[in-house]
Amino acid sequence: MVDPWTIFWVVLTFSLYIGIAIWAKAGSTEEFYVAGHDVHPTVNGMATAADWMSAASFLSMAGLIAFLGYGGSVYLMGWTGGYVLLALLLAPFLREFGKFTVPDFVGDRYYSKTARVIAVVCALFVSFTYIAGQMKGVGVAFSGFLGVPFNVGILIGMAIVFVYAVMGGMKGITYTQVAQYVVLIFAYTVPAIFISLTITGNPIPQLGFIGNAAGTDVGMLEKLNTVVTNLGFTEYTSTTKSKMDVFCITAALMFGTAGLPHVIIRFFTVSSAQAARKSAGWALMFIALLYTVAPAVGAFARMNFIDTVNEAVYIQDSESYEERAAAILADGGKPVPQWYKTWEKTGLLKYDDLNGDGIMQYRGPAAPDGLKNEVMPNRDIFVLANPQIAKLPGWVVGLVVAGGLAAALSTAAGLLMVISSAVSHDLLKRTFRPDMTEKQEMLAARLAAAAAVICAGLLGIYATQLPFVAQVVAFAFGLAAASLFPVIFLGIFWKRMNREGAIAAMLTGIVMTSAYIVYFKFMGGTAASWWFGVSPEGIGFVFMLLALAVGVGVSLITPAPPQEIQDLVQDIRIPGQRTSSGIADRKIIPAE
Amino acid sequence: METENKPDTAGYWKATTRLTISLLVIWFLVSYGAGILFRDALDKLSIGSAPLGFWFAQNGAIYVFLALIVVYCRKMTQYEKKFGIKG
Repeated sequence: MVDPWTIFWVVLTFSLYIGIAIWAKAGSTEEFYVAGHDVHPTVNGMATAADWMSAASFLSMAGLIAFLGYGGSVYLMGWTGGYVLLALLLAPFLREFGKFTVPDFVGDRYYSKTARVIAVVCALFVSFTYIAGQMKGVGVAFSGFLGVPFNVGILIGMAIVFVYAVMGGMKGITYTQVAQYVVLIFAYTVPAIFISLTITGNPIPQLGFIGNAAGTDVGMLEKLNTVVTNLGFTEYTSTTKSKMDVFCITAALMFGTAGLPHVIIRFFTVSSAQAARKSAGWALMFIALLYTVAPAVGAFARMNFIDTVNEAVYIQDSESYEERAAAILADGGKPVPQWYKTWEKTGLLKYDDLNGDGIMQYRGPAAPDGLKNEVMPNRDIFVLANPQIAKLPGWVVGLVVAGGLAAALSTAAGLLMVISSAVSHDLLKRTFRPDMTEKQEMLAARLAAAAAVICAGLLGIYATQLPFVAQVVAFAFGLAAASLFPVIFLGIFWKRMNREGAIAAMLTGIVMTSAYIVYFKFMGGTAASWWFGVSPEGIGFVFMLLALAVGVGVSLITPAPPQEIQDLVQDIRIPGQRTSSGIADRKIIPAE
Repeated sequence: METENKPDTAGYWKATTRLTISLLVIWFLVSYGAGILFRDALDKLSIGSAPLGFWFAQNGAIYVFLALIVVYCRKMTQYEKKFGIKG
């Protein structure tokens, strides 16, 4: 049974995205790559928020926090704190530099085709890792809600992104992302408000989070701590991770956010360095609207799940739910909730009656009553099932699906832009085929975007064996932190940084981080042999420090960069100073 | 007001780096400091009925991050006026 409201919202929002794509068709490479450099800071802020809040932020994060409690803070701080770095250290200077892509900056700043090509490889590596998670999110949403097989769901998602990314380029993507932000923030906050009211009596989730449980004098979090420890879980406000690991994961996510090419290129679309700074502020504000609600949703969801599911009497599919539930209630028991039965069909919830008593025991690893856990919820369930748990009307339920799709598609589109511009602009135009005309470059960009959509879809289909959407994404952050952040940062703040240093730093970052992640995630490395006790999720930070050190060290023992490069660095630090320009930026030299 | 015509780029960059460093110190203190390294001590205090260190890690740091960017934008616009930079 497919919910008609879900179909309504998905069809409505998808038509809207296609409508915008037709309206915002790109006419020149400048429009295709950077939306003509004239997007308003607020509009860009909103587009950045959608670009960057992925399927992981929307679907998985609140669920991860619900299970990890304090341990989930790494995502909250990591994925917001990076914007401070972006606003203060990167965005305004990269905008002042005035080019189209991240490898463009690396190639010109380090006067080297080799450095440019390595940056392209880093950008592609990061973007493909990240996009697999988005496509998986699209498949999950379609298969869970629209009764469509997983792979067909991915194909539909690919077709939609194909239309607006290939036609409109950055211009089309910018305006669809604005629409997608509105859809996703609405879909996220409306259920949160109602759940907050139910659990804490306060309609504002951020206040409910620090308030008391409804109708009592006990703090909501305090009550949750008692409830989870009684079932044998770790206390909600603490974590089993070491301080060192929490520190490194947070840092890897922060520096990764700042180094992600699809986030950085959004700041090329505004008109000046000043606009880039403002835009970063707007972006964080729009992001914070979701991110300050997420921990509240996580805590409420955990509480609600335990309240309604633990010790409930299970009802078999063969029985009539209504009749059986009424009978259980009449006996003074608690029937399994209706939403649980609805969601069980998606495979996101599993119940295994180990002791054969027909009652659902939900327990942690150290349950005081010695019972085994029988209920296995997938972490993504909490956002998806929230509206039903809160007994909201049918139209809200469908909206959440549209929101999840908006989050996944907007991020996928931003990543496709990085992939297509890296190929058509950096590899072809700036490296191997500099004599291409603008028309040819545009065609190449569209073809590259089309090829990237297909690769992304295949990745989404074959990457399903990876555990959780958010974890796949966490790798991309580690890679971005260790490979791209150091060369961009040093390129702006240290004039002496040269070609040799940049190449060595990028190679160190990407090789070490990938090797570490592959070894510990796929080749059976165990936690006991982690370096400094840092997990693969946090290692990006350690290797970022190493890459910075290697970059500085190698630069110091090799010749200083040419004077014109040092002048270029001087100019991008001060807005409105640039007098020299590369071949790609004829039209965008700041007014003299 | 001799700075009106000639932009003071050295002064601008010096002011910018000083501002950047001080804001990053606060950035570090609220997230890695309050949310991770010193959270056990801060958890003895509370905001509403949530432990303070935990709250910083899940909510408080985000508000401060936003405030930092707002301050940065305001200050930088002031510096651009003061040092005669076009902006």
